[in-house]
Amino acid sequence: MMRTALAVLIVMLLGSVARAERLIVSVSNHRVTVTPNYSGEELVLFGSVEKDGSTPVDRKTLDLVVTVMGPRADMVTRRKERTFGIWINTDYRQFLEVPSYLALFANRSFSAITSPEIARRQQIGLNNVLLTQRVSGDYADVVPNDAFRSAFIRLRTQRGLYREDPSAVTFLTPTLFRTGIPLPAEVPIGTYEVEIKLFADGAFIGKTETAFEIVKVGFEQFVATTARQNGLIYGLVTAAMALMTGWMASIVFRKD
Amino acid sequence: MQLYLPIADLPVNVFLVLAMGAAVGFVSGMFGIGGGFLMTPLLIFIGITPAVAVASVASHIAASSFSGALAYWRRRAIDPALASVLLCGGVTGTALGVWTFTQLRALGQLDLMIALSYVVLLTTVGSLMFSEGLRALMRTRRGAVPPRRTHNWIHGLPLKMRFKRSKIYLSVIPVVIVGILIGFIGAIMGIGGGFILVPIMIYLLRVPTSTVIGTSMVLTLVTMLFATLLHAVTNHLVDAVLALILMVGGVTGAQFGARAGQKIRGEQLRLLLGLLILSVGVRFAIELVIRPEDLFTIRELGVNG
Repeated sequence: MMRTALAVLIVMLLGSVARAERLIVSVSNHRVTVTPNYSGEELVLFGSVEKDGSTPVDRKTLDLVVTVMGPRADMVTRRKERTFGIWINTDYRQFLEVPSYLALFANRSFSAITSPEIARRQQIGLNNVLLTQRVSGDYADVVPNDAFRSAFIRLRTQRGLYREDPSAVTFLTPTLFRTGIPLPAEVPIGTYEVEIKLFADGAFIGKTETAFEIVKVGFEQFVATTARQNGLIYGLVTAAMALMTGWMASIVFRKD
Repeated sequence: MQLYLPIADLPVNVFLVLAMGAAVGFVSGMFGIGGGFLMTPLLIFIGITPAVAVASVASHIAASSFSGALAYWRRRAIDPALASVLLCGGVTGTALGVWTFTQLRALGQLDLMIALSYVVLLTTVGSLMFSEGLRALMRTRRGAVPPRRTHNWIHGLPLKMRFKRSKIYLSVIPVVIVGILIGFIGAIMGIGGGFILVPIMIYLLRVPTSTVIGTSMVLTLVTMLFATLLHAVTNHLVDAVLALILMVGGVTGAQFGARAGQKIRGEQLRLLLGLLILSVGVRFAIELVIRPEDLFTIRELGVNG
């Protein structure tokens, strides 16, 4: 498992050999199991930036931006408005294939790492991540200060599912770095992609990718899966359970 | 003890839910009702989405009405013929209700419709029941005999049928309509409908009090079982773990409630129930009128891959 991951990593890295710096990363756990009493945990991402002979000697600052993206899903954001004295959902926007979990980490503020132009192109920062909306038949991302977009990010951030932290990446040595990836209790299950982008003196010089998986185990997950996949059986079992409980109660509490 | 609810997707304290089930069970045993109109709002209040609350409470009501129905069956206080006619309407109404529920959910107006139905239905029924209880109480104080009307327009309808155990001769049309109505609102609002059905059966259909509660429980039982099944198949929103905790608490509380209910006089009981229903309705009304904390909400439409 580890060896294949490394092999894949090396193959991916071969492409960026000419770029003078190599990124080597690994997460502390490639498969996180969520048990019923899971209350959130933190994964650790380790990595190193390897320099070789072709690295320019005058290169000073190396910066890293880590993007973690959970499984993608369609989501609807709705806005309430006062109509006839009561608050009603009136307008909505559909977000297509957006990450259910999104975290952006860096070793210093995004604006210090690179120019706004490159930040936009490389999707650095929650304001620059592509969140495709369907606006009456058109598919597009909108300006960062769009009411629905910012409300969407705000609500996801409140639940701990979207986050950006420009000080989460720490360099242990000039080349060795680490960052924590916090996973809240209600973390969505599925495959998570991790993208590590390297910047030098404000220029984007390369990236590497890794991934981890979150799986839920236990009785609760079994119930949830059955409910979604075998609705009829699930309904019948629940109905039978209701009858059993009622019947048991009438026996236990029988007065005569 | 924290427990993770698989469908509601939320950790809850088992003892809190158990206590809620017992408290609602107590009230329902006391008044001889299912208690859905209290359980659903309570679940919404602790953070469970209205959709999951409505769907899960259905199975909880099925359990409590089954134990009730068994007791009434032993006492021969159920009219099988009347129950079957009611059920024809009830099952149709439930199917219609679940279908409407699914449509409203897709439109994003389900929560609003649940809240609106609660406001309209509960404030109306609550104030009617309250004023009726008040009048009855004043009559008994004065020692007057309650006025008794014998027939109304409903008894002039065609397709009449004889319901032997209830000793009534009644058209099936209003019975089926009542069944449809109860099934429909039950599926949308997560209530058994006993608190509406019993007064309708007594005042409009003139079903004698000896068979009215038992028969209404049969309707509640079947419509709620059917609603559980349909909600599970179409919307996948029934949380069996939540339902089981509620059931256990509910059936236990109901036994003690029933004992407490026997100590209180009928008029006072109706007055109290009216007040209770009214206050739940008003609570929902306030929620609709005040500005919500957040104007925006997100709903996930399912993870792809």
